[in-house]
Amino acid sequence: MSPRAAWRLESLGFTEVYDYVAGKQDWLAAGLPREGEIAGLPRAADIARSDVPTCRLDERVGKVRERVHEAGWEECVVVNDERIVLGLLRAEELGEARDDEVVEDVMRPGPSTFRPHVHVEEMARFMSRHDLDSSPVTTSDGVLVGMLLRKDAEAAAHRLHQQFGAEHEQG
Amino acid sequence: MPKEIGRREVQRLLDDGGQLVEVLPREEYEEEHLPGAVNIPLRSIDGEAPHRLDPSRPVIVYCWDSA
Repeated sequence: MSPRAAWRLESLGFTEVYDYVAGKQDWLAAGLPREGEIAGLPRAADIARSDVPTCRLDERVGKVRERVHEAGWEECVVVNDERIVLGLLRAEELGEARDDEVVEDVMRPGPSTFRPHVHVEEMARFMSRHDLDSSPVTTSDGVLVGMLLRKDAEAAAHRLHQQFGAEHEQG
Repeated sequence: MPKEIGRREVQRLLDDGGQLVEVLPREEYEEEHLPGAVNIPLRSIDGEAPHRLDPSRPVIVYCWDSA
């Protein structure tokens, strides 16, 4: 649709016309600001925990495990220097791998991630249906935003339901 | 010829006075849109664009995605 609009504008005399082809989906997936009636509804990025521990591919598991547990977490996101998500170390890997093993050899590569603009209710439903306790949230470029916990998504969805339910009763 | 651009170029053009136009139907625009965007649905461009847009400034159009 936008290419046709761009061409039409040009034919109407607009001399500097650009087409943002990736569009609204790309903008929202990057977690950028938005306006509108539903812009204020909580999204994955709003409740994702940005303090999730991260580690590099070449680190030793022993050191990573220590750091993760000290931070009060049981999992760790494997990222590169640009914070692009490359893998995950869940509690299972952190618990079973030897101290001297390298993260790259024991991580779960290419984990599924979710975009920042996904509504919390949708996330809560998906995580429940697929029995997911947590999932990284990344921009469309793959940059880590944070870790979304299922319990946070369910609590946020519950609050939202209560809020809208109350407004509906008042209306 | 209109130039295809990405997100970073959009942000740069907006900083330089670009005009952002969502060409989706009004209902979709009202639900959610990019900050500062105006809504001129595709079918309304002929009638509305000449009155609502400044031809001396860059115009950036977008819809939902490239599909």
